[in-house]
Amino acid sequence: MALLELRDLRVALEDGTEIVKGVSLAVATNEVHAVMGPNGSGKSTLAYAIAGHPGYEVTGGQILLDGEDITEAGADERAQKGLFLAFQYPHAIPGVTVTNFLRTAINAVRKSKAGVDDPIPVKEFRADLFAEMDRLKVSRELASRYLNDGFSGGEKKRVEILQMAMLRPRMAVLDETDSGLDIDALKVVAGGVKELVGPEMGALVITHYQRILDYIEPDYVHVFVDGQIVEEGGPELALELEKSGYAKWDKEEGKEAA
Amino acid sequence: MAQTETEIVEGIGSDYATKYGFSNPDEAKDYFFKSGRGLSHELVEAIAEHKNEPAWMRKFRHDSLENFLRRPLPMWGGDLTGIDFDNIYYYIKPTEKQAESWEDLPADIKDTWDKLGIPEAEKKYLAGVGAQYESEVVYHKLQADLEKKGVIFLDMDSGLREHEDLVKQYFGTIIPNNDNKFAALNSAVWSGGSFIYVPKGVRVELPLQAYFRINAENMGQFERTLILVDEDAYVHYVEGCTAPIYSSDSLHSAVVEIVVKKGGRCRYTTIQNWSNNVYNLVTKRAVAYEDATMEWVDGNLGSKLTMKYPAIWLMGEHAHGEVLSIAFAGAGQHQDAGGKCVHVAPNTTSVITSKSISKNGGRAGYRGLLEVAKGAKNAKSKVVCDALILDEDSRSDTYPYIRIDENEVDIGHEATVSKIGEEQLFYLMSRGLSEAEASAMVVSGFVEPITKELPLEYAVEMNRLIQLQMEGSVG
Repeated sequence: MALLELRDLRVALEDGTEIVKGVSLAVATNEVHAVMGPNGSGKSTLAYAIAGHPGYEVTGGQILLDGEDITEAGADERAQKGLFLAFQYPHAIPGVTVTNFLRTAINAVRKSKAGVDDPIPVKEFRADLFAEMDRLKVSRELASRYLNDGFSGGEKKRVEILQMAMLRPRMAVLDETDSGLDIDALKVVAGGVKELVGPEMGALVITHYQRILDYIEPDYVHVFVDGQIVEEGGPELALELEKSGYAKWDKEEGKEAA
Repeated sequence: MAQTETEIVEGIGSDYATKYGFSNPDEAKDYFFKSGRGLSHELVEAIAEHKNEPAWMRKFRHDSLENFLRRPLPMWGGDLTGIDFDNIYYYIKPTEKQAESWEDLPADIKDTWDKLGIPEAEKKYLAGVGAQYESEVVYHKLQADLEKKGVIFLDMDSGLREHEDLVKQYFGTIIPNNDNKFAALNSAVWSGGSFIYVPKGVRVELPLQAYFRINAENMGQFERTLILVDEDAYVHYVEGCTAPIYSSDSLHSAVVEIVVKKGGRCRYTTIQNWSNNVYNLVTKRAVAYEDATMEWVDGNLGSKLTMKYPAIWLMGEHAHGEVLSIAFAGAGQHQDAGGKCVHVAPNTTSVITSKSISKNGGRAGYRGLLEVAKGAKNAKSKVVCDALILDEDSRSDTYPYIRIDENEVDIGHEATVSKIGEEQLFYLMSRGLSEAEASAMVVSGFVEPITKELPLEYAVEMNRLIQLQMEGSVG
């Protein structure tokens, strides 16, 4: 059974403009799927809709997680069931430390699983946190800083992956995680994702560029243009895109190229 | 640090509402002394007689009552017309004499206190506990090392009995009994509160704490606190207030006077969470002399109406004053809070930081005064007030009064108003937090510059109170 399944998913903005126009795909554990598309193709809308952003309305189709229909579920419920979105632009929460935030989030997920309060033992939490921080080369000093408040672009992205590592989701969706990262940071971040993908987790990597896929090799590539998947294939498709771009499918970009 | 915090959270448990929303049904009958309702010279005399007070204090009480009766209700701030002065018990004394130790306390009071967690708190943190139960301090304990250092930490009634000269010298001098209507009322019928004296050069490292509770219907609390910090001495006084919920209106009107002498430092921390029918009208004022520092940390969460503006008069050169204020107003609540700093001497500095939150139609505001007297050259002051409004029905006001009679000054004022963003909430919810938890987290972060100044236990309590306030407020 697929871990995450989109069935003919259609998503519109609050003003009714349809952005995602019927997308179907299925990601299993141990798999990395890449959704590649040009700017303005609706990639981030797809990511937000999967995560349950209230500003995007699912106008058709279904989202299933572990076979369960989560199309109508709130963002918190989806997260509790094991969905994780690494944001392209993570938000700052002034006054809330990374540590405090992470512990609260972990305990929220644990509570929903156990049905009662089941806070993570402090020693276990700290040991996990520092191990993951070290592995992702996140300065331990960041643990006591306010979440994303004054963080550099690279720090924000690393902390997104740190959150993922700590929350141990079933299904990770990464929205343009490679943007704004230098090559060293990209390697670390990609390494962090790769290590988590396995029998317990699958990943959907949403990206414009092939770059990140050099470090997280996808099992499947879906080319996403104007709200639709226009071609699918193996990792070789990403390389082809790197050479020739999206001109073949994208009328707008095609015009520019011509 | 994180470990300790979590251990405390776990220790407090999740039964907060039950824990703090109780009342003890059998208690009310068993009072040792209870005045009739309403206010009169006879009542004032009865209180003074009952406490066996010296003539000067009796006269002070009677004069104060005259001032109270003469003054009209303030027409600014909040709506005070709901207070029925004739329907309030002004004096209740629950037990015959002060208890020296935990074992001496009457069983029903012990039971109430067990629910508040006093003994555990004491073991962990307290250097001494003075707690107000009804109008009288019933339990009081001073640790041996404080006594050795010459620190006095008594309830105000004992302070008057045992240190009359010292009390007489300062009582009513920082806040005169004609200062305002409610200070006059307190001066007439005061009972309980703390008296603290810290001798020259003595630093009290652990905070001195007092727990306050109102636990009788229609009962006023008029506690009176006087803190004297001698030269180069230091003390941190902490009061936390929780009240059970009653249906009829209740009045709390305290007076706190503080003197910080040359080079001394005093911090006074309050977290109050009166039930939503309490009028909380408190006058707090401190004077700080040369090189002295005075800090008010003031958190106002409960009550129907709070009007409270802790003040600092900077009387000596290089004196420094700081006011940190949090106000949280929910449905039916009006928090009119803030601070006042008056620069009298040159080279004095002050900072007022106010954070107000309003939700469910609540109204929270900042009202502050910054005054620089002629001759207070190089006075430097900064006022920052931030408001967070959680929904369309709620309201925030800012009234920053500034009076400057000196040219060479450096004054800054910043104010922001913000709302919780949908994107911020979504970000937190996408990590598994419910909407209420996510909102509470944003609010906790908003007030963090102030909660981080609280003793750990109180910071935890403050965050818990915010969580409670946020539950059911959204979605």
